[in-house]
Amino acid sequence: MRLYAKITILNFDHRKHTSDVVNWNLYNLDAASPFRAAMQLILGLDPQFLQIVGLSLSVTLTAVLIAAVIGLPLGALLALARFPGRSAIIVLINALMGLPPVVAGLVIFLLLSRSGPLGALGWLFTPKAMIVAQSILVLPIVIALTRQIIEDLWAEYCEHLTSLGQTGVRAIPTLLWDARFSLATVLLAGFGRASAEVGAVLIVGGNIAGYTRVMTTSIALETSTGDLALALGLGITLLALTLAINAIAFGASRIGARLAGAS
Amino acid sequence: MMLPDDASTILPLTAHAAGYRVGEKWLLQQANFTIQAGRLTTILGPNGAGKSLFLRLCHGLISPSTGSITWSASGGAINGRKRHAMVFQKPVMLRRSARANLIHALRAAGEPQIQARADETLERFGLNHLAAQPARLLSGGEQQRLALARAWSLRPQVLFLDEPTSQLDPGATRQIEEMIEVLKREGVTLVMSTHDIAQARRLADRVLFLHKGAIIEDSTTSEFFKKPATTTARAFVAGDLLW
Repeated sequence: MRLYAKITILNFDHRKHTSDVVNWNLYNLDAASPFRAAMQLILGLDPQFLQIVGLSLSVTLTAVLIAAVIGLPLGALLALARFPGRSAIIVLINALMGLPPVVAGLVIFLLLSRSGPLGALGWLFTPKAMIVAQSILVLPIVIALTRQIIEDLWAEYCEHLTSLGQTGVRAIPTLLWDARFSLATVLLAGFGRASAEVGAVLIVGGNIAGYTRVMTTSIALETSTGDLALALGLGITLLALTLAINAIAFGASRIGARLAGAS
Repeated sequence: MMLPDDASTILPLTAHAAGYRVGEKWLLQQANFTIQAGRLTTILGPNGAGKSLFLRLCHGLISPSTGSITWSASGGAINGRKRHAMVFQKPVMLRRSARANLIHALRAAGEPQIQARADETLERFGLNHLAAQPARLLSGGEQQRLALARAWSLRPQVLFLDEPTSQLDPGATRQIEEMIEVLKREGVTLVMSTHDIAQARRLADRVLFLHKGAIIEDSTTSEFFKKPATTTARAFVAGDLLW
């Protein structure tokens, strides 16, 4: 019953709340309660909680997938191509790794808002908008780190591949495949960026209960309503999920690298 | 008229006053030579003489700053397939199994019957037991044998070898030299750089002696070692240090 009392707060409508109703029970927060809240959330398998976790994962993983499909070949191309302005583009993309999520969210918001150029899509305040926003955040990371990794690998492979006639764009599949274990780390960095951010998904998703509410926006909401135990519980759950995904990816990539002799 | 692959040849390879410079420094100058079909030509000289550069220019990895280096068939290719290959001093091993390294090269070069050719190559050089192993975990000698086998699998008419044994111990060197002898008997034209006088004596039919970016002698191996024409070559053969 205690859990349900907590969970109903996840449906709290932040548009109606005013700061004077917030009950900051920071001083009577007992140290074990966040962990208790986390355990209750995880073990209780509450459908609303699972829906929030599921949406968080599906939005972030889809965004990383999209950024990978676009960013890996683009990063490799940038590593191999030589053209005027290349250095400027590399600096720009490196800088975009630090793009503030709220700024990205704001730009996507303006593009997707009803009077914006992409307003006709009707994506604002839907999970699609959140995926677009997170893809934009992850893409510079994927491009910039892929560029660096492929450039280093090309320095090693250059003469052999040139000898075989694999130059320019034709070398990209070989290089991406042989760098696959380093690139897995790049995608994990991208996943970390997307799963941790709150600004972009909040602006373009609207934190609508049961529809666009994800873990980070829930945490922000629970903090502002004063239920710090639940907020921390959600935070612990998010950290545990991130840890699990990283552990699985690291293990798989390490085993793979050893089998391929790439480590 | 289209000739079948083995009936037409990309040789001779001819250099006319070929030179290569980086900035103001000439690393190779006024090189004139011809490589005819068959036999092994060694590019002999001390470190820094320009031997590796010479091979890279011949193989087309870099272009001469002046003069020309040309095959009798354009680009050294017949029916669109390059018929010369190169093995590097430090073998480039892809992060894949030994067999996948062969497959990759055959596919990249656009060769037919990839799988069968890879198996035939492993069989030919006794590398079957290494087929599934990650190429980068092989020993230095095994890597160089695989690199040589990989180059052979492309059926080149001309094979460039850049100091193929300089990083190997005597046992592995012997195995590589045996492979080179096999290729020679098969009629592959070999061009090998080395700074090892004894190796040149063992393997070469012809010596191009390179010093400070210039070919200062071009003669048969026996002639070169019996009476070198220049004092520099005499000193090198006698074992003096050149710089």
